[in-house]
Amino acid sequence: MLRIQEHPILRFQKGRPVRFYFDGKELEGYEGEPIAAALHAAGVKVLRESARFYRPRGFYCAIGNCSSCLMIVDGEPNVRVCTEKLREGVRVQTQRGKGDLRQIKAGEGN
Amino acid sequence: MKQTGIAVIGGGPAGLSAALEAARLGARVTLIDSEDRPGGQLVKQTHKFFGSRKQQAGVRGIDIAARLAREAVSLPGLEVWSRATVLGYYDDRVLAVERGGEFVKLRAERAIVATGASEKVLAFPNNDLPGVYGAGAVQTLMNLHGVKPGKNVLMVGAGNIGLIVSYQLRQAGVNVKAIVEAAPRIGGYLVHAAKVRRAGIRIYTGHTVKRAYGRDGVEGAVIWRLDRNWEPVPGTEKDFEVDVICLAVGLSPLADLLWQAGCRMRYIPELGGHVPERGRDLETSIPGLYVAGDVAGVEEASSAMVEGRLAGLMAAAGLGYAPADLVAVKEELHNQLAALRSGPTGVKIRQGLAQLGEPYNAN
Ligand SMILES: Cc1cc2nc3c(=O)[nH]c(=O)nc-3n(C[C@H](O)[C@H](O)[C@H](O)COP(=O)(O)OP(=O)(O)OC[C@H]3O[C@@H](n4cnc5c(N)ncnc54)[C@H](O)[C@@H]3O)c2cc1C
Repeated sequence: MLRIQEHPILRFQKGRPVRFYFDGKELEGYEGEPIAAALHAAGVKVLRESARFYRPRGFYCAIGNCSSCLMIVDGEPNVRVCTEKLREGVRVQTQRGKGDLRQIKAGEGN
Repeated sequence: MKQTGIAVIGGGPAGLSAALEAARLGARVTLIDSEDRPGGQLVKQTHKFFGSRKQQAGVRGIDIAARLAREAVSLPGLEVWSRATVLGYYDDRVLAVERGGEFVKLRAERAIVATGASEKVLAFPNNDLPGVYGAGAVQTLMNLHGVKPGKNVLMVGAGNIGLIVSYQLRQAGVNVKAIVEAAPRIGGYLVHAAKVRRAGIRIYTGHTVKRAYGRDGVEGAVIWRLDRNWEPVPGTEKDFEVDVICLAVGLSPLADLLWQAGCRMRYIPELGGHVPERGRDLETSIPGLYVAGDVAGVEEASSAMVEGRLAGLMAAAGLGYAPADLVAVKEELHNQLAALRSGPTGVKIRQGLAQLGEPYNAN
């Protein structure tokens, strides 16, 4: 269990529990936390495959600077999931290679 | 197009202090920060701060951030834009800002860049595996979102950040197997080193990471010893079963915006990398554009707050909001900076600033 249950100094205020989907699999997290944090807590560390050598990649900076954590979120590629907030029912997919904006279907993403 | 007197870019201790100073003097200020709430690095610092009394040593970073942010939201004339990222600064003093998914233009008569720093990485085989995280990332995950980075951590770097984050990992219930430090000596303050040693964490000075291994993520790391010439010594390898390698190998100024704006920059390793030339009062080579905090040279929150006040004071003064005792206030701030940079812990900063040349550029 990677969620911190007790801390000597900090109290964590969490949003309500919500369900979301990672590569089709249903997972649970808290509304408003970064998608990467919810995935990490659920044991998911590989977020994408690198563009040239298809190597597994996770997050690195966790504050939206480095682009190591790009994933496909509700059909939109290249989303930095370390800062993108978790919402009920959001669909998150492993990104393989470069994101292709033409994948976005009308009415999906934002 | 929106208008403001002074745009402050970045809401860490430097930016908050700059915005507060200028707004208190009567200037119209817009503070723009990319996070959910202002505070910068401080919102993750659970430890009591070092520094001098004037800069709130002994107070926890999270509490300093909360106090500054409270003051900021209650001050008339100061508008705080959270979740907004400045993308560019142009000749006509217009800022391009992404705010809540919208593109906004903001004309500011003066601008203060206080964007802080970003973490350096270290080169070793498999350093791109998931599980190799920056110390800042570990702090964000753990202290903001309440999620542990893993079960067993190898910390790389025994400067203050490596030591403090090791201790914070312990507080969160994560096992730190060892701390590796390439230099022959511990770089951080001895109080912090003593704290991690009391917690039973061994510090390997004169060692570095040889490689990480694992398939879809870190499963372990091999370290080895460095000789006097920083050459690795074969046969001294040690293997640690860890799922996290945490890199605390220094910061470099987050200066993209200064590059884009066309500020004259210089490479000064002692200050963390490329830093802007600036006058003694923190104005860059672009008139009306000021810097404060880690973006001007990686230092500490205490000096970031003083630099912020100085930049805020000078920007406000330039718009006609100078206090009656401007010179005295300014000198007092310069004195505080000199005091913070005195003594053995300030050697690097003093050397770095000296390399920039007096008075730091041709302004
Ligand atoms: C583990 C750790 C322990 C530390 N302990 C101490 C200590 O005990 N004492 C001490 O004095 N110092 C300490 N420090 C150092 C201190 O935290 C930093 O020096 C200080 O936060 C620098 O302040 P800053 O305002 O320059 O930058 P930051 O605090 O980094 O703030 C910069 C802000 O700007 C925002 N930003 C960046 N780019 C943009 C943009 N383009 N648009 C909008 N916003 C942007 C960022 O999101 C961030 O909120 C510690 C640091 C760490 C990591």
